[in-house]
Amino acid sequence: MTALGTPAPLASFLTDANFKSVLYIVAFALFIYGLSGLTGPKTAVRGNRIAAVGMVIAVVTTLLVDPFHNPLLIILGVVIGVAIGVPAAQRVKMTAMPQMVALFNGVGGGAVALIAWAEFRQSGGFAFTPTYIVIFSLFSAIVGSVSFWGSNVAFAKLQELISGAPKTLGALQLPAQVLTGVVAVGSAVAITAGTDSELLMVLLLVAAGVFGVLLVLPIGGADMPVVISLLNAFTGLAAAAAGVALDNQALIVAGMIVGASGTILTQQMAVAMNRTILSVIAGGFGGGTTAAAGPAGAAGGTVRSTSASDVAIQMAYAQQVVIVPGYGMAVSQAQHAVREMAKLLEEKGVTVKYAIHPVAGRMPGHMNVLLAEADVPYEQLKEMDDINGEFKRTDVSLVIGANDVTNPDARNKADSPIYGMPILNVDESKSTIVLKRSMSSGYAGIDNPLFVDPKTSMLFGDAKGSVEAITEELKAL
Amino acid sequence: MSVDTITSVVAAAEHTGAGASPLVTNLAILVLAGFVGYAVISKVPNTLHTPLMSGTNAIHGIVVLGGLLLLATGPDLGFVTQLILFVALVFGVINVIGGFVVTDRMLEMFKSKPTPKADADADREGAAR
Repeated sequence: MTALGTPAPLASFLTDANFKSVLYIVAFALFIYGLSGLTGPKTAVRGNRIAAVGMVIAVVTTLLVDPFHNPLLIILGVVIGVAIGVPAAQRVKMTAMPQMVALFNGVGGGAVALIAWAEFRQSGGFAFTPTYIVIFSLFSAIVGSVSFWGSNVAFAKLQELISGAPKTLGALQLPAQVLTGVVAVGSAVAITAGTDSELLMVLLLVAAGVFGVLLVLPIGGADMPVVISLLNAFTGLAAAAAGVALDNQALIVAGMIVGASGTILTQQMAVAMNRTILSVIAGGFGGGTTAAAGPAGAAGGTVRSTSASDVAIQMAYAQQVVIVPGYGMAVSQAQHAVREMAKLLEEKGVTVKYAIHPVAGRMPGHMNVLLAEADVPYEQLKEMDDINGEFKRTDVSLVIGANDVTNPDARNKADSPIYGMPILNVDESKSTIVLKRSMSSGYAGIDNPLFVDPKTSMLFGDAKGSVEAITEELKAL
Repeated sequence: MSVDTITSVVAAAEHTGAGASPLVTNLAILVLAGFVGYAVISKVPNTLHTPLMSGTNAIHGIVVLGGLLLLATGPDLGFVTQLILFVALVFGVINVIGGFVVTDRMLEMFKSKPTPKADADADREGAAR
């Protein structure tokens, strides 16, 4: 380290530890400033770009070492990473965003785990490494591996490569989870105690990976966003731990910010679904009761089905129509069709608003992204608290593939699994039309009394097809 | 603040007292960063949660620095270690670049929508609330 104030040639100034520390401080100031920008839609784009600039500074700073080894390998790695990451990010459909986030999170976790492994090898099995560095390093290895494999399972479930339904090993689930957890932590303890066998390190990574798979497999599709957010927080914490191990402050700050923010986000999402993080992790939600629950009609009451032309007439003569988009709309990619239908209604003088439940779609805010993509004006998107008072004044509520977020049982039925979950008060509107594929229950696997309400009529079919049919009828009116 | 002042502050922080180890300094940074993360994120509206998740996702891609650091400073790593770090590097770059690009795409959709009039409406609504 150059003594402060001593004039130094440029090259050695660039590699000076203090100079690099300052650049790191600039970098994480930009991260924090950029993330603060995400508090509003107007400043968000700029915020994200500011954070990206911070990242570039952090990367360049890290490369200010003398002598500089493996330049070709580094250039090749960056080129390949960009060649895979950029097209993937540019081409992914907005509906597929949750699994894309899961995948990107997974590779991040994988990177942390691999870096810890490389450190182990490079230091001869942590032979002369201070204990605290070994502990932080192994922590990042375990959490990184859990995050990598867990995220990949989450991706596979959302991409429907494997079934989204909860899967467990039955009675073996808990023992298997405990066993893999113990093996991973046990290997870590043995390595910390001085065992330098690489086999143990590999065992640690594998056991943590299996643990990650076992963690996510039992979790149903509806809870998946919460899990992705949690794994996101995990990767952040793993990165922060790796930062302590490598004595790199930029890693510590960025990792910890993500760890903290991810934890809060996870908590908020769980609250919005009336679930605790623990009960999400325990899994099984959305599968256990599906078999037991019959069609909603069985709950007593009659289901009225209607036709596209009736729906069109009803809406065309309404004062106000509130559209309630849900997971079903996202799946059938009906957002553009919905926007076209809404335009026609507006031309006929109908006020159209969209009611967005905090966890509609597959992630909080996911529905806003989808509708924004379809050019729905931002001011028509109403959050739950803003729209709930308006349902009483609404002539027609059009529910498109949303089940649990409109289920009055959440207000009325104390023994319902979703009791207490904040919902959209669709049932208070003068009439309700539900677009749905069939009478099957939603992710929560429970009946929805809304469907048998005397004011409700059902239009069965694929959401996109139904909306297009309604649009045609509107044009003909 | 001049660069010199900042460097001396950092140097002072690094050498506080007789034997404040890098561990203590780093733990202090860790704890403070945790609170900063908490403070920043609690103000983000629900509407922006998906972009936020994807944005923070991009930021933890900073792990790529670990791979870069070990590769750039290691003179003779051996083939297997080089390979592991290479894969880590590729993973990290995908995480960082992909994360920022995807977040940018999502946020652009929010930005381009409101016309100047709609903006004014939204502002009035915000003020009324």
